[in-house]
Amino acid sequence: MHIYLHKTYCAAKNLLIAGVLLSLMMGNAYAQSIPSVKLKDLAGSTIDTGTLENDGKPIVICFWATWCSPCKRELNNYMDYYGDWQDETGVRIVAISIDDSRSTNRVSPYVMSSGWEFDILLDPAGDFKRAMNVMNVPHTFLYNGAGELVWSHNNYAEGDEEELYEELLKLAN
Amino acid sequence: MKHFITFFTLGILVSGVVKSQETSPGVVSGNISMLFQSYEEDSLIGAVVPPSKSGLNAYSNIIYTQGNFSAGLRYESYLNSVLGFPGRFKGSGIGYRYARWSDKEVGVDVTVGNFYETFGAGYLFRSYEARDLGLDNAMDGVRLLLQPIDGVSVKMIYGKQRLDFDSELINGDGIVRGINAEVNLNDLIPGLEDAKLRITPSYSFVSRFQEGGNIVKDTLILELPKNVAGWEYGTTVHYGMWKGGIHLTKKINDPSADNGYIYKDGEALMGYLTGNIKDFSFLLQRSITDNMSFRSDRDLLLFDAPINNIPSITKNHTYNLAATLYPYATVINGESSFRGELYYKLKRGSRLGGKYGTKMNLVFSTSYSLDTTSLSGVEGLVNGYQRNSWGFGDSLNVQDISFEIERKFSKNFKAKAMYMNLQFNTLATPVTTDFKGIVFADIFVLETQIKTAKRQSLRTELQVLFTEQDKGDWATIVAEYTWSPHWFASIIDQYNFGNADESKRVHYLYGSAGYINGPHRLSIGYGKRREGIFCVGGVCRAVPASSGLEVTFTSSF
Repeated sequence: MHIYLHKTYCAAKNLLIAGVLLSLMMGNAYAQSIPSVKLKDLAGSTIDTGTLENDGKPIVICFWATWCSPCKRELNNYMDYYGDWQDETGVRIVAISIDDSRSTNRVSPYVMSSGWEFDILLDPAGDFKRAMNVMNVPHTFLYNGAGELVWSHNNYAEGDEEELYEELLKLAN
Repeated sequence: MKHFITFFTLGILVSGVVKSQETSPGVVSGNISMLFQSYEEDSLIGAVVPPSKSGLNAYSNIIYTQGNFSAGLRYESYLNSVLGFPGRFKGSGIGYRYARWSDKEVGVDVTVGNFYETFGAGYLFRSYEARDLGLDNAMDGVRLLLQPIDGVSVKMIYGKQRLDFDSELINGDGIVRGINAEVNLNDLIPGLEDAKLRITPSYSFVSRFQEGGNIVKDTLILELPKNVAGWEYGTTVHYGMWKGGIHLTKKINDPSADNGYIYKDGEALMGYLTGNIKDFSFLLQRSITDNMSFRSDRDLLLFDAPINNIPSITKNHTYNLAATLYPYATVINGESSFRGELYYKLKRGSRLGGKYGTKMNLVFSTSYSLDTTSLSGVEGLVNGYQRNSWGFGDSLNVQDISFEIERKFSKNFKAKAMYMNLQFNTLATPVTTDFKGIVFADIFVLETQIKTAKRQSLRTELQVLFTEQDKGDWATIVAEYTWSPHWFASIIDQYNFGNADESKRVHYLYGSAGYINGPHRLSIGYGKRREGIFCVGGVCRAVPASSGLEVTFTSSF
């Protein structure tokens, strides 16, 4: 009797989980927007990521860390094109450092010496990383002028910036 | 678990009611990660085959968000866990679940269930995860975040900590509760919002409750405290792009397995300054850590149930030989350390900088034992030792000096070179059983990247480590070819060419290839994996040698 009850409970539990998951999926036809997490910028001001906007133009969000070589290659390459991309598409790039307390103080001198002109936000506890479902860096997200997620890419290989540029042009036209 | 599923479902149902009243329904997002390994025996490298012959770690996070409400869970599978992971992680089930409601208008944010949180720099409280390493000390309880007025934020946490997983979440013994308040003076005082000088003081208090008992030391019977408290004062000052900070952390009355059950106060002091002068930017940091292990169970060790986190002073190296043979971890019972970093960029178009500019950085970090005197008699049994000063002790833990230079020569070619000089005390950080004492090593790295065709590139790394101690000299060769945006293939060979024992001069050859499409990534690899220290983002775990096939898949949606 006890075993039977336990089995019934397990079956009911699995059904419940499946039901919940299914009902969740049904809501997924709607575009994801930038979740709201409070982060600090390099000047010490608090920024709510939910309020990031770019006057109707696209926003690129890049997750990176000072210990991540492909991340730095990606952002250094973006920097080479940033001026042109801004002229053509009005894009704003926001680079989110997931360096924790071991290396978060290294972000500012690295960024200064690299001449990056992106907005830099610090996510040392990984709150924004979790909210954005990022597992490993680099991970890059593109939002359109209405703040809807339109493209994302995990990892970086030389030449990926061309794909991002094509996506930006699609939004600009 | 039963209760939580009921609760979780109710939350969804309630949000469904809300959903029907509003125009926008909820949004689901999440991710999936899978790591499969199959094992082959390889007596040369000491790789053994576990009874199950293969291992699988998988997990998926699902987050549901609807207006101010969100709920999430993580389903985890360890069937069986891959080698190098905590072997006691077993089975499949829900290892993380929460419901959260936040209202920015009134400044209230409440979470029930699991959550991660950090107070200040984490010296007193940091609940976090490094999934790839099986490190997870998620809280399970309640968190309340309040913003009563502009510029003031308060965090309150109360709960148990994740310790283990056996088809369901298993929490540690102790109860952890704490409060943190941070005041952003510029947001609090009208007229200072846009000032260049920004001052942010903070205060944290954390306490742990665990059933007590007695401990016998010689003729003494000592009572184990049920409640242990710690607190942290911190201040961060920004002036334009300059930033400095100081954190003082204290903890009392915490005999533990880490400190040999002594009652001495724990203290940590950390100060740092970063800034730039012309084309130079720098970082200076000084830290002292004295008896600062703090866990939600006083009898646990290593990675189990830490309440706080004191980060390592050394650089988080990215090159294989520099990062994984001798990674340094803070000596939590006591160390005195310093680091200084200098960054410089030769401008684009200058005579020395070349067309694209040249970047350089010099990093120096060192850590010593504390300046202490052992106590004797009853005082020694109770308090162990006393610290004489805030200075350095006699015994070196680590000294790491590295210089890196990076230059883009043309549109199609760039290169990076690194030299590192390392002195590493394996008695302070026991990363090897082959050698006890100070390892002196010189490491040279040359990395090049050539664009071979449109969207195609070849990246190579040549690394050599020379040392007379431990396992002797090593070399690593990496070659990686990428076809953007979808394909990659790489090969890595680590060769212990200087091992004193000639039979151990082994090549660890590993090849992998993969496919990426947007947020989805699949990779397949085959070869030998060296016994060593595997690190992700500065946290490290010892991984045994293994040989065989490896498949990974990650995706987010």
